[in-house]
Amino acid sequence: MTRPAPVASLARVLLAQTWSETLIRWRLPAFSATSLALPVVLFSFFGLPFAGRPGPGGLDAGAFLLVSFGAFAVGQVMVFGFGIGVAVERGQKIDLLMRASPLPAGVSLTAKVVVGLLFGLLSVVILFVYGSVVGGIRLAPGTWVSVIARLLAGSLPLIALGFTIGYLAGPHAAPAMANLVYLPLAFASGIFLPLDQLPAFVQRWAPYLPTYHYAQLAWSAIGAGREPVGTSVAWLAGYAVLFVWTATRAYRREAERKFG
Amino acid sequence: MSAPLPVVQMEGARKRYGEVEALRGVDLVIGRGEVVALLGPNGAGKTTSISLMLGLRRPTAGHARLFGLDPRDRRARSRCGAMLQESGVPAVLTVRELVDLFRAYYPRPWPAGRAIALAGLDDQAASRVGQLSGGQRQRLYFALAVCGDPEVLVLDEPTVGLDVEARQAFLQAIREMADEQRTVVFTTHYLDEADALARRIVVIDHGVVIADATPAEIKARIPSKRVHFRTSPELGPAALDRLPVRVLECAAGRVRLLSAEPESVLRELFRRGVAVADLEVTGADLEEAFLALTARPPSRR
Repeated sequence: MTRPAPVASLARVLLAQTWSETLIRWRLPAFSATSLALPVVLFSFFGLPFAGRPGPGGLDAGAFLLVSFGAFAVGQVMVFGFGIGVAVERGQKIDLLMRASPLPAGVSLTAKVVVGLLFGLLSVVILFVYGSVVGGIRLAPGTWVSVIARLLAGSLPLIALGFTIGYLAGPHAAPAMANLVYLPLAFASGIFLPLDQLPAFVQRWAPYLPTYHYAQLAWSAIGAGREPVGTSVAWLAGYAVLFVWTATRAYRREAERKFG
Repeated sequence: MSAPLPVVQMEGARKRYGEVEALRGVDLVIGRGEVVALLGPNGAGKTTSISLMLGLRRPTAGHARLFGLDPRDRRARSRCGAMLQESGVPAVLTVRELVDLFRAYYPRPWPAGRAIALAGLDDQAASRVGQLSGGQRQRLYFALAVCGDPEVLVLDEPTVGLDVEARQAFLQAIREMADEQRTVVFTTHYLDEADALARRIVVIDHGVVIADATPAEIKARIPSKRVHFRTSPELGPAALDRLPVRVLECAAGRVRLLSAEPESVLRELFRRGVAVADLEVTGADLEEAFLALTARPPSRR
């Protein structure tokens, strides 16, 4: 009995877990279809008609709105994907058997975040290809890359917000809760309509919202930001701390109840 | 050389859920290669014991260890396969994909085909989990429990929801695992199932171990048959004296008894000249049998 008790390599576990999470998300139309198609549909209504018209800072208004909906797309993948995904997993007690297995909790979490980033990347690439092919919107190659990189890197607070919803809401309430949280946030941050067309009180409160600074981070990559990049990053970091805290609390509360 | 560490070790393990004390001090040591049934009625504390062994829950007091380690330790879990009640798996994955996922959790897993075959799921390997019947799903959980080539299998009510035929095949598969010197711990509330599989039966009731012995010894102690009959005239107070029975009812000419050996009881009653009519001997349900074993007054339940 003194023989060593080896464990599976973490890289192998992470790879297998990531692949499974990818299959699960891909095969649930509630995630895959919504997160990939909805931004394209919304952009067709709200963004495409303005392509070629002058926008903020002498930019193509279509480009400005394409970046807006890029922020909407990635944020949606994070808030909905994690919110609904975690809630459904809890509802079906999938976490129970996993918890008795040698799968480390950290690997499970990492795989979820990797898959979220993959789907976020996919959704924004589909949207940008659509915008440039159908809307004729042109940006320098480096600018496209910069926008996408900022959207992915800045999504941490939204991932944590998604986890918070996933641990607080039941599987049936989670979609409604994610909608009620995310859609007003996106709207009030000037993602669907430019801020100066929104009611005055919304304009006053927008600069305190996480999605506002998330969109600013992306807009500033095309020279249409209203605040320095450092300000956006600082706000997003602050919100990341807040939502990681709420997600951790919600997770611990659940773990204590179910596994205490 | 120190003695080999036990596979499962519980010392004075207690577990309280709010007001309810589900385990009230369980001591249990299970060695390598043992096949142990945890037997008890619903709510006895079987699932809680399993949860502590697997580190799904923490004991309120006392200890639970797996291979001498905290059951949450990945090194311990990498040597353990589990089947739980009411756990779920992602419905959109196929049987094969899910078995492959669980194989990746373990250092030296079986080939996926071996686990799928042992569970009798060859024809369903490419089916999505959501399309499986209840019995097939139960067998899938078994495949997930064995695919990592575990040294210990911990199975909570493994045959729940299986029909008779599937249950036999399933017991045979568990027996195969046991024959390979693996440790098997399973819960059940069927005495015959514990008898068929285990070499040791641990009876749990109201959160304590009330018996821990071989199946033969347990069967002799559990009054697992119910004897009903009518008598006329009514039995006198001495008629049932010194018989191996527990009297459930003896009034108005109706007699209900529990006994482990109804044949000898009846032989003795006839010898004493008791007039027996409408005789019926049936299997007692375990709840009743445990009442006899614990000698708790029936009014408590």
